[in-house]
Amino acid sequence: MSALPAPNPVSTWDDMMEGVWRQNPTFVMMLGMCPTLAVTVSAVNALSMGVATMLVLVASCGLVSMLRHIVPKEVRIATYIVIIATFVTAIDYGIQAVSLKLYDALGAFIQLIVVNCIILGRAEAHASKTPPVAAMLNAVGMGAGFTIGLLALGTVREVLGAGALFGVSLFGANFQPWVVMVLPPGGFFVLGSWLLVFAWWKKRKRAMSPTPITTSRSA
Amino acid sequence: MNMPPSSALPVPATQTPTRAMVLTLGLVAAICGLIIVSAYEGSLSAVRDNRRVALERAITKVLPGANKTISYLALPDGAIVAASGGDAPVGALRFHAAYDAKGSLMGIAAEGSAKGYADTVRILFGYSPPCACIVGIGVINMRETPGIGDKILTDTAFLANFKALDTRLNAELSGLANEVKTVKHGTKTQAWQVDAISGATITSRAVGRAINEASQALLPRLVPKLEQIQKAP
Repeated sequence: MSALPAPNPVSTWDDMMEGVWRQNPTFVMMLGMCPTLAVTVSAVNALSMGVATMLVLVASCGLVSMLRHIVPKEVRIATYIVIIATFVTAIDYGIQAVSLKLYDALGAFIQLIVVNCIILGRAEAHASKTPPVAAMLNAVGMGAGFTIGLLALGTVREVLGAGALFGVSLFGANFQPWVVMVLPPGGFFVLGSWLLVFAWWKKRKRAMSPTPITTSRSA
Repeated sequence: MNMPPSSALPVPATQTPTRAMVLTLGLVAAICGLIIVSAYEGSLSAVRDNRRVALERAITKVLPGANKTISYLALPDGAIVAASGGDAPVGALRFHAAYDAKGSLMGIAAEGSAKGYADTVRILFGYSPPCACIVGIGVINMRETPGIGDKILTDTAFLANFKALDTRLNAELSGLANEVKTVKHGTKTQAWQVDAISGATITSRAVGRAINEASQALLPRLVPKLEQIQKAP
């Protein structure tokens, strides 16, 4: 890695993986719960929502980082919101151009990406202090982490609630779908179960490691 | 809280001049405006194509065999004009005439909507002029409960209501001779009644109301002028 021209490659790679695993927005930081619970009724919806959020995240973090030296701190939040809203609008048009069916399925949650705290949080806590490439890599990681989180919910809910995965029927006609899984309570059930799995895993890892490790920087 | 001695205070950051703030916000807004306009312009034709294809697909579903569709507006004064791309005038009702391969009118598709269980249920229905009845429905948009309300798409007994749902006009041509009405499951006796799905009565009623309201408004304007659109232009 030291041969790379990047000024601090290890830290950049770390920056990127931070969002995928250690600081996963869904399961660790618990941010963006509204789309997480609402649109994950199917794997396709979850994947598209994750990718849309990731694109907004990367583009806005890039622009915020490029403008970081000229934006006065008094108006920085207003600037970030304008930038985020811009990219959400662009993605909104993009999804309509790709598929109206998907656009209808995601509904108001595309526009609501504007208020997703992951994006404003990244802009404020990371992109406004780092050069564009590092900021965008970190945003890619966070977006990927969010997509993984949504997919974890979306696949389970679609398999149980509709007997299908990515629209492909898995169990044949005799399967009685668990309708509750595609209703709002199902979102809470599945999210809770995933959190239980991760908490159990973390506890087990801590019990097995000889020295106590901190949760945020367990390399 | 005790204030530290003033000498220990950090040097206060200089206040950013208002001019700089306004200039920055203006610059950011200009960049963002440019991005939005280019995204809009860039996606416009693809979005329009998508909408057209989706509409055509929905029309072919309620009027199988439709070869060509043309959108019209029924104006409040009774005139029927071809729909242009822009906004429809106030009070105009949009409908779509479907023509077969020979170019003669095979049916009318129109949209209706009514409040369902979760949200508005928007449907498209096909009207056949010779039998003066509804011959098919499709859902444009709904958020009804999966597995319960969304049975209106799949329940064959419910869809059989719309093979020939009577929507004849009264003698004065001012409204339907018999209001389209959703009745409790298993109590349908007349050709203008809709037999509700047991367990999904609210959504079934929304479909009945949507058809009733839309046809009460559209058919009195449309039926006297059917001659005008009999042939594809």
